[in-house]
Amino acid sequence: MEFKQWEKFEKGDWADEINVRDFIQRNYTPYEGDDSFLEGPTQKTEKLWNEVLDLYEKEANSKGAVLDIDTKTVSTVASHGPGYIDKELEDIVGLQTDAPLKRAIMPFGGIRIVEKSCEAYDRHVDPEIDEVFHKYRKTHNDGVFSVYTPDVRAARSSHLLTGLPDGYGRGRIIGDYRRVALYGVDALIDQKKSELEELDADTFTEEIIRDREEVSEQIKALGALKEMAQSYGFDISRPAGDAKEAVQWLYFGYLAAVKDQNGAAMSIGRTSTFLDIYFERDLKAGKITEAEAQEIMDHFVMKLRMVRFLRTPEYNELFSGDPVWVTESIGGMGIDGRTLVTKNSYRVLHTLSNLGPAPEPNLTILWSDRLPQAFKNFVAKTSINTSSIQYENDDLMRITLGDDYGIACCVSPMKIGKQMQFFGARANLAKTLLYAINGGRDEISGKQVAPKYLPITSEYLDYDEVMEHFDTMMDYVAKIYIKALNAIHYMHDKYSYEAIEMALHDRHVYRTMACGIAGLSVVADSLSAIKYAKVKTVRDETGLVTDYEIEGEFPKFGNDDERVDSIAEELVKTFIKKLRKHQTYRNADHSLSILTITSNVVYGKATGNTPDGRRAGEPFGPGANPIHGRDVNGALAVMNSVAKLPFDAASDGISYTFAITPSTLGKTEESKIENLVNMLDGYFKQTAHHINVNVFDRKLLEDAMEHPEKYPQLTIRVSGYAVKFTKLTREQQLDVINRTIHERI
Amino acid sequence: MEEKLDLRYYAKVHSVESFGTVDGPGIRFILFLQGCNLQCKYCHNRDTWDVNQGQYRSLEDVIKQVRKYKNYIMPNGGVTVTGGEPLLQVKFLIEFFKELKQEGIHTCIDTSGMVKITDDIKELLSLTDLVLLDIKHIDEKKCEELVGVTNKLELNFARYLSDNNIKMWIRQVLIPGYTDNEKDLIKLKEFINTLNTVEKVELLPYHSMGKYKWEKLNVKYELENVPDATQKDIDRAKRLLEI
Repeated sequence: MEFKQWEKFEKGDWADEINVRDFIQRNYTPYEGDDSFLEGPTQKTEKLWNEVLDLYEKEANSKGAVLDIDTKTVSTVASHGPGYIDKELEDIVGLQTDAPLKRAIMPFGGIRIVEKSCEAYDRHVDPEIDEVFHKYRKTHNDGVFSVYTPDVRAARSSHLLTGLPDGYGRGRIIGDYRRVALYGVDALIDQKKSELEELDADTFTEEIIRDREEVSEQIKALGALKEMAQSYGFDISRPAGDAKEAVQWLYFGYLAAVKDQNGAAMSIGRTSTFLDIYFERDLKAGKITEAEAQEIMDHFVMKLRMVRFLRTPEYNELFSGDPVWVTESIGGMGIDGRTLVTKNSYRVLHTLSNLGPAPEPNLTILWSDRLPQAFKNFVAKTSINTSSIQYENDDLMRITLGDDYGIACCVSPMKIGKQMQFFGARANLAKTLLYAINGGRDEISGKQVAPKYLPITSEYLDYDEVMEHFDTMMDYVAKIYIKALNAIHYMHDKYSYEAIEMALHDRHVYRTMACGIAGLSVVADSLSAIKYAKVKTVRDETGLVTDYEIEGEFPKFGNDDERVDSIAEELVKTFIKKLRKHQTYRNADHSLSILTITSNVVYGKATGNTPDGRRAGEPFGPGANPIHGRDVNGALAVMNSVAKLPFDAASDGISYTFAITPSTLGKTEESKIENLVNMLDGYFKQTAHHINVNVFDRKLLEDAMEHPEKYPQLTIRVSGYAVKFTKLTREQQLDVINRTIHERI
Repeated sequence: MEEKLDLRYYAKVHSVESFGTVDGPGIRFILFLQGCNLQCKYCHNRDTWDVNQGQYRSLEDVIKQVRKYKNYIMPNGGVTVTGGEPLLQVKFLIEFFKELKQEGIHTCIDTSGMVKITDDIKELLSLTDLVLLDIKHIDEKKCEELVGVTNKLELNFARYLSDNNIKMWIRQVLIPGYTDNEKDLIKLKEFINTLNTVEKVELLPYHSMGKYKWEKLNVKYELENVPDATQKDIDRAKRLLEI
């Protein structure tokens, strides 16, 4: 390939084939300096951002915080005409519909959920669309429920399996949006056409037919992408010619994805260092100034902050507000030893200062011991000031994933453009334990949900006996869990295929079946109580164990105590092994995450008293966190406990949410930064995977609960992403406040 | 049990904090030892006084625990022992610090210095990188009223540190109405000026957040009506101390 837009770029494999990594490696400029080059917002940025803030306010004052819905147009890549905030001011253009913050309907996932969502905000889906999707066009949701078996249905309604993407888009697929900028859409279409030729095989198997159909869909989607960009006046059939175009092209690619899919997490990948190559070229040529470069990034980020999906109030209750998980992975090290930090890594983080803190995009630092010290200090400073950053262990992930992976959603690493996952939400392991004790009966309803296994009948729980029953029950849960996920992803591919996102992947995609567990620390502590203390069962008249009395002390997860930490480790290893026994759809590799997002509150609500002394309805620890209040040896002891959880067994991510008061982190600004950097270095050297860092005072949160109007941009990190604190439900706010905020008096 | 234990290898421990950031430089593993020889009215760790409370832990056990945090505390941080009054368990600390020095870990003692300079203390201090010396009150009489003993021992202790080239951070809790008198603060400054190894002078604002610990033990909290020190109080005192 040869394009005039590639002038001054060093050629290599990337010029002959789709290979973004090779382009980056040959052309990027590592940056080891500090943040002194950064520029504040331009006047244009300030003006535009103020307009966005006004829109935010209008949105917040609308019913259910939904400003508007286009109920007449089924959203696809090219469905809506162009939309602007303020055309004259926007460096980067493109909205999901024809107006800012107006939500679109995406009924391919399920028409009922769209109807329900519209009704919650006093709207109605256009009758014609209703008719089409009820009468003529089957949806993903219909598909799944036409095959779901009674065991899966029962597990779902009793919250043994929770949050399954059977009524909403699965998401967690990252298109390689950089390809749009580097190659232009025509070259991508050519590539896909050659893939079709590869798929012209002698034996026309079901698999090949499906692949051919999918590639054809991808080609169509790329055509629609060009058309959509054209409606904004851009010809993206060719590569981007400068930095502004590169950002615009890349954003069009992403925009197409969020017009096509209401996915649970719509992450953007690892884009800032790629874009830096364009910025550097323009800066060197004197075509732009640093202020202009920052302006482009500020405007880009503004757009990412404005992505909206139509969801039901229940969904919002589960996940708090409007999360999109526009996760951008920043930094890390290359396998050749050079850092992947560039000036543009700074710029994207600097948007938190120029525009103020915000949950989106979900800024994720790929941390390495060898990151430049100046960059470490800069992100630590930004973290302390904004509580908007999460960190994941690049030294750990680079081993298996190389140096061009990104994080989907919260903690799920995947090679960009080469890998995807079938998102599988999570199994409630705490409930599984209770079912093991009660022979498959639900501890709240008393219903027989799982098969009638032998219940435990003794007054005091015996560790070995409980483990035997628990093992059998985990076998059962693993089986129905994979059954459910196979059904979901078969139907998602069939009825709601992510054509544009997959068009930005290689043909050979590595797939994982991304399972998850909730309630890890509850189960670890429960088993520890049974093993090291005496746990007496309290039964109702039908013999159902509804409560537990603990006599004596027991070690608790989160104190760096081998006796209980090893139980947690074993649990993770055991459960993934059990999952692996079951054949997956499209031969996806089983993976596991320990991540709950904010749903630890909802899962806790649906789970009865547990043998660790947790009361019915009380929240689980989020992700891999200990139950709040049980860690007594300080923050690093918790980190060491979490770090022991094996990433090999939970390769889809292990989430830990950390909160500390500013004064506990250190006395001076300087020492706070130094301590946070050393803490992160230490934590990741312990081979931990992920951490959210929150730095705030409890008092501040309490005030924000009472006076939300004073804190429109107060952002906090929860499990794997960030939220505006004031958008949390009261229960979730209390959970965050009651959670361990490390402080020393 | 007590008679059987060799107190060089066992310490009575109140608790540990794995992420200490305010008691010495960098990230610190903090060992809170049980038992105190003073009765500071403002103590925020009232539960560390009673020598009969706490749990014996072996040197080996504590060292093993410290090692778990080496990834975090190296190279800027270290270990700080506090209490209670850590110097009451000087024999243990000698062995503990010997081990830490062998591992290249920075050692720090947070103390009131209200002890006699015995040979044991001398040996311990030779293994100590930094002393956080909490001068309770510069005025002899006021000191006695506030903490139960005069400041004679701790001022001697400061002198010893200075004469033996041991680094120290001088600390004082700023308690409105008790330690914030202008003359006293100037006197404190003058005393500090006579010392050679002071790296830092820290004022710790008094707060009543430790009060609940007194109430839990059913003992009367004497500073009931004393307000927390404000930033303004601190700034004023800092000006007087010229820090």
